[in-house]
Amino acid sequence: MSEKIPINIIELPETEYFESGHTACAGCGGALAVRQAMKILGDKTIVYTPACCLLVFGSTYPLNAWRTPFFQCAFENSAAVAAGVAAALKRKGINDVNAVVFAGDGGTVDIGLQAISGAAERNDNVLYICYDNEAYGNTGMQRSGATPFGAWTTTTPVGTIIKGKTEHKKDFPRIMISHSIPYVATATVAFWRDYMQKVARAKDMRGFRYLHVLSPCPVGWRASTGDTIKLSRLAVETGLWILYECDHGAFRFTGPSRLIAEGMKQRKPVKEYLQLQGRFRHLTDKDIALIQEWIDKNWQEYSKFAASTKG
Amino acid sequence: MGEKHVVSGNIAAAYGAKLCRPSVVSAYPITPQTTIVEKIADFVNNGEMDCEYIRVESEHSALSACFGAEAAGVRTFTATSSQGLALMHEILYGCSGARLPINMAIVNRTLAAPINIMAEWNDAMPERDSGWLIQWCESGQEVLDTIIMNYRVGEDKQVLLPQFCCMDAFILSHTYEPVDIPLQKEVDDFLPPLELEYILDVNKPICIHPLCDDRYTPEFRWGQEKAMQNARQTILKVGEEFYEKFGRRYGNGLLEEYKMDGAEVALVTMGANVSTARIVVDEMRKRKIAVGLIKVKSFRPFPIAELRETAKKVSVIGVLERCASFGMGGPLYTDLRSAIYGLKSQPLAIGFVAGLGGRDINKNTVERCYEVMLETAKTGKVPSNFVQNGELYYNHIDARKE
Repeated sequence: MSEKIPINIIELPETEYFESGHTACAGCGGALAVRQAMKILGDKTIVYTPACCLLVFGSTYPLNAWRTPFFQCAFENSAAVAAGVAAALKRKGINDVNAVVFAGDGGTVDIGLQAISGAAERNDNVLYICYDNEAYGNTGMQRSGATPFGAWTTTTPVGTIIKGKTEHKKDFPRIMISHSIPYVATATVAFWRDYMQKVARAKDMRGFRYLHVLSPCPVGWRASTGDTIKLSRLAVETGLWILYECDHGAFRFTGPSRLIAEGMKQRKPVKEYLQLQGRFRHLTDKDIALIQEWIDKNWQEYSKFAASTKG
Repeated sequence: MGEKHVVSGNIAAAYGAKLCRPSVVSAYPITPQTTIVEKIADFVNNGEMDCEYIRVESEHSALSACFGAEAAGVRTFTATSSQGLALMHEILYGCSGARLPINMAIVNRTLAAPINIMAEWNDAMPERDSGWLIQWCESGQEVLDTIIMNYRVGEDKQVLLPQFCCMDAFILSHTYEPVDIPLQKEVDDFLPPLELEYILDVNKPICIHPLCDDRYTPEFRWGQEKAMQNARQTILKVGEEFYEKFGRRYGNGLLEEYKMDGAEVALVTMGANVSTARIVVDEMRKRKIAVGLIKVKSFRPFPIAELRETAKKVSVIGVLERCASFGMGGPLYTDLRSAIYGLKSQPLAIGFVAGLGGRDINKNTVERCYEVMLETAKTGKVPSNFVQNGELYYNHIDARKE
């Protein structure tokens, strides 16, 4: 098991590599996820972003919030484009620059799946960070494979017969673990130290590295813009979102999820998380029980998985 | 002087790519292109070619990886056909819009349905508005030479556009012929290493392919149009230099006239058809029939001035193409008509669509085109619209009515 990389807030660079002045909505978890990662990644970074919220709020010609090279190409090919950058850097003998992707959940778990699976299988030298706001935010909150069960979106509206999304969230990080890449981790913005440690670890590795960051979207989740961090924290504390890393196949829970896994902390009822969000307003007690059941089952599976791949 | 090898069009393409020393090759198999990327894989794995070879999981990713690599400032190459090109369609516009001079060989194959792996140009034709330079080849030698010249033209600072090198499926891609393979040193002298001014460089951060609204996008588009206009001159210049260095030329680089002196009628065509048509013209000329041939080498930019100049000489001009634009004849035909519009001595124009799905375009097909044109020249009346006649479809629009 690799050592914990200490992250001290005082020692973080003052420079913002993803500058303020961008046009993200108030309380945007995605913007926070990018800012936190860029503090660690620094200026030796080439950033690729597919079509997603970040593309729009980060760089609209002639404005640009990036202090690093930044580019875009399309929606579904992020990992392939970044693989091209990595190949070019290798040819040029540049070893200290990271080809980094920041992509939304739709661009990653749905339309981007083929390219990311290909790049992971080839172990291309790419650091891929998915900021997951659980829907297609840029186009106005349509359902994605990462949208959780029951959630309202504009394509899973609360109708008289069908109310919200009828399927559970796709467990994408597990799919990435199955690719046997050097590093897979989950994170969320509230536990910034845990997240930054993971970015720092991934930064210095080679090969395909994947981070999946739950990033609350107050606008799309119909929550208070002041609740981003609270939601991020509750997602972990209720056990709905599990923090872990899988470093060269060695799996371990991290942060509060580790305490939960070790029985040192009780999971909070998921209702505490759901009730803060308008997208779950229509849920019945039965629906909430279903989600609670799903969480319990998910934890059983993860605990089993952790035991089998203990790092 | 290089070495003569008997190789297929695809192998010639692979040699062409190798000689240009791309830093990154990214490709995916598809019939009938596959032997290009297989040959490159042999080159790489045998240490004959020094590049990063990304064996991607789709054509979409093949071009995407080239996009990333070229944006980071290195020379790239890829190749595809048919459905693969259609899958790349989205990314084609990104490459030309971001002004990345990526080089691609296309083995022109039928697009389904019906599913068919034989020659048809309907895969590349829909990309004529994509902002790529599009060059059509008649022989394996021309394929190799065009790939080299394409890099020179596309990477020119006045151009900076990606390039297609088109060849007919099987008729060229899998037919063996003697090809002069230049020496590496000769190509190195002709094609300097790539130096792009605007790249992804951490020491000089810039933004490539930004989000843009209507306040700025038309200026980007105008830049693409200017680049395409500049490419005409660059193609002429590079063609001349290539001739001086290697002793081979393809018309003036944009268009070639064949036996147009004293021609009464002329046929315009591209690709492997040109070779067949040359023989037909030779034979008809022997019989004292005044026919000529015009080969369009550069489909984009389109040789408008050259076509206007040469079209003046004849009373009927026909277009033979292995593709169709349903409801409007064929794309080469409509472009030709557009190019010659308004000439004082404007010839009658007839469009022939033939060879679809790889059906043979043989001497009889070409001769039939000339017969129709000669008949038209005699009567001054073009035959009735869209007549199906065995292997040949032809249609007409009376140009003089306008």
